[in-house]
Amino acid sequence: MVTDKKRVKGETLLDIKGLKIDGYSDDVWNPIVKGIDLTLKRGEVLGLIGESGAGKSTLGLAAMGFARPGCRISGGSIVFDGMDLIAASEEQRRALWGSRIAYVAQSAAASFNPAHHIIDQTVETAVAHNIMTREKAEADARDLYKRLQLPNPNTIGDRFPHQVSGGQLQRAMTAMAMSCRPDLIIFDEPTTALDVTTQVEVLAAMRDIVEQFDTAAIYITHDLAVVAQMAHRIMVLRYGNLVEEATTRAMLKAPTQEYTRSLWAVRKLQKPESISDDIALRIHNVDASYSGSIKVLDNVTVQVPRGRTVAVVGESGSGKSTLARAITGLLPPSRGEIYFNGKPLPRELKDRDKDTLRRIQMIYQSADTALNPRQKVRDIIGRPLEFYLGLKGAARDRRVVELLESIELNESYIDRLPGEMSGGQKQRISIARALAADPEIIICDEVTSALDQIVQEEILSLLMRLQKKTNVSYLFITHDIATVRAISDEIVVMHQGKVVQQGPKSTVLSPPFPAYTELLLSSVPEMDPDWLTGLLAKRSKKIKAATA
Amino acid sequence: MNSATPPVRVIKARRSVIESVRRDLRTAPLTAWFGMIVILLYAICAIFAPLLAPYGESEIVGKAYQLSSPENWLGTDQIGRDTLSRLIFGARNTIGIALITTLLSFLIGGSLGVLAALKRGLLDQGISRVVDAFLAIPVLIFALMMLAVVGKSLINLIIILALLDATRVFRLSRAVALNSVVMDYVESARLRGEGMGWIVFKEIVPNILPPLITEFGLRFCFVFLTISALSFLGVGIQPPTADWGSMVAESKSLISFGRPAPLYPAAAIALLTVAVNFVVDWFLHKTSGLRDGH
Repeated sequence: MVTDKKRVKGETLLDIKGLKIDGYSDDVWNPIVKGIDLTLKRGEVLGLIGESGAGKSTLGLAAMGFARPGCRISGGSIVFDGMDLIAASEEQRRALWGSRIAYVAQSAAASFNPAHHIIDQTVETAVAHNIMTREKAEADARDLYKRLQLPNPNTIGDRFPHQVSGGQLQRAMTAMAMSCRPDLIIFDEPTTALDVTTQVEVLAAMRDIVEQFDTAAIYITHDLAVVAQMAHRIMVLRYGNLVEEATTRAMLKAPTQEYTRSLWAVRKLQKPESISDDIALRIHNVDASYSGSIKVLDNVTVQVPRGRTVAVVGESGSGKSTLARAITGLLPPSRGEIYFNGKPLPRELKDRDKDTLRRIQMIYQSADTALNPRQKVRDIIGRPLEFYLGLKGAARDRRVVELLESIELNESYIDRLPGEMSGGQKQRISIARALAADPEIIICDEVTSALDQIVQEEILSLLMRLQKKTNVSYLFITHDIATVRAISDEIVVMHQGKVVQQGPKSTVLSPPFPAYTELLLSSVPEMDPDWLTGLLAKRSKKIKAATA
Repeated sequence: MNSATPPVRVIKARRSVIESVRRDLRTAPLTAWFGMIVILLYAICAIFAPLLAPYGESEIVGKAYQLSSPENWLGTDQIGRDTLSRLIFGARNTIGIALITTLLSFLIGGSLGVLAALKRGLLDQGISRVVDAFLAIPVLIFALMMLAVVGKSLINLIIILALLDATRVFRLSRAVALNSVVMDYVESARLRGEGMGWIVFKEIVPNILPPLITEFGLRFCFVFLTISALSFLGVGIQPPTADWGSMVAESKSLISFGRPAPLYPAAAIALLTVAVNFVVDWFLHKTSGLRDGH
């Protein structure tokens, strides 16, 4: 491959000094990044972590000399390989982008053009920058596909983006970024949208290729365990300021700042398991399918005890969300029965009476879509009170305030629109809306997966406190094992529409595991920089042993 | 939060509508102000036409084709009516009819569009294909044909134009409603057991209102121009009712004598179109979320 003489390890590639970036909102410029220094050597991988709003994506883009629309660089300097990116003209910067600095976005599905073949999009940058001829670029792309361990590297490029899986597409995007052998790649949360089992493959492929070509990289994520696998050095950001910076191993061993330690602590939340025989909801031998063809649920039996939490885990496509749709009546089961308090529940939503509907509530993954953006908190929480309990006027408003206080917000939020609150606050409002109906069961569909770790922890402990107070049962659907450990009493593992394993938390989470549970559990990144390496070695040994 | 909070309080009232309108107006750009002032002037003309106009709508005040004079500021038309008076009365007729037509088309097209998006299936297919068929035929030709069939009358004109325009409104409202229908908040309302009325008017309509209002401004201009064009062709608003389109038609030959007579009603049409578009642009910019945050 092309090996440039200049690609020597140890030389400074990127040097950012005192960088300040402002964002425009409510008719004023607010600082987003408040004077950050960052240096990156050739071949080095730097991890940027922090909650949303910490300025990590803005900083990542600034490393390309790019400010998003509505943002401006208001101070400091960005020097890339001797060239001042702030002073450089638009053309000079555009010559760098794609060829020497590349960017891998969070959602590959949204970044690929669905109307073009993957390979055409992979080689586009190299051809546009006149670095390679089309034939050469295509051959090179196939080589990259192979290095990234994509299946059928010679033909996968002829497919359209929707014909490959999310993890494969994310790797194809990495190939696209690699096509010009850039000096620097910026990865912006590249695995956040992927399942744990897929995430492992993508992480391994990305780490491998960055090492092969000795590319420098900035890896942006909010997942500490992921960044521990990828980065040589970690910078922790908060509110646009640098909190702490150290090499990965040093930081994992001994974080010096309180905030960094709180990031670590999140994963330690754990509720003591408690088992109950008082069954509130029983799903019995249920089959369900969309448009009659493929069974999305296959003979599923699950029991939810009163006042307890049952976690349903599995990767996407395992049927866990379909289970929720079957319970709520949105997708009537084709076989089997659902019993609620011992009585069979009508299959169809429209056959259920108001009181039954009240007792089963749902909280969604994304509060952005679950709350009507045009309704104020007063109406969002007030509507179930009015609809189910007939509360009106001042009595209704007073109950809304009580509910707001129970979710640790206050009266001042009553006239806000969803757009005027943070992600965590919005999710709290969703919880309050479900609580307003005074339900017996709340189905929580990935309620924390769109949130930062610290906010996740707050929401989970809120849910636990509310359960203690109201004795509500949760059916907690998630793909995150850490969440399961934290909140559940019982666990149901699902795979391809079937229940693979179920039982009390202590039983399911201790060996011996069925094969799929083992795969799922072993794929959860751990806070150990050698975890990925160790896991890959273990898995390849197993494959060798199996083939021998 | 903590238990020390006083038990019963009056919950403060919502921020008033007037307050937020005033806030929006403060930040309106010059073009929007220009548009709003022009529209306001037109509205005043239309509402107080009998008080403002120096002469009656079809009152013959002098000889035909008079030039501007202190008695007739903009001269007289082909049978000696005062052009300025007819221009002022024309505002009332042209704008009034265009407004009624547009409102009617939004009522029909908008409600059918949301209903089709919500119900999908056969209903959606049925309405959509009928609309497609209508969209294949140019509005002006179709309107001319229908007017020829049912006869030239004001009511017929309004109904035909409203129905034709409703097809466009249907397309838009169905498309934007489809985006809203798949949202979790609509599903959440269905799970709550809400009826169709609540889902349509409380959950979906507030979310699709900005594009619909913008479209209303644009469609109003189109309807207005179509009426003017039909009047120019002689099948729109019938004499002696004053309207700008037919005024252009009646005085068109004067342009070859260097007389500005046809330009007055034409300018009135053009100015209103521009003004409405300025306001619509501002509204679109305000609601499109181009600014971050909020």
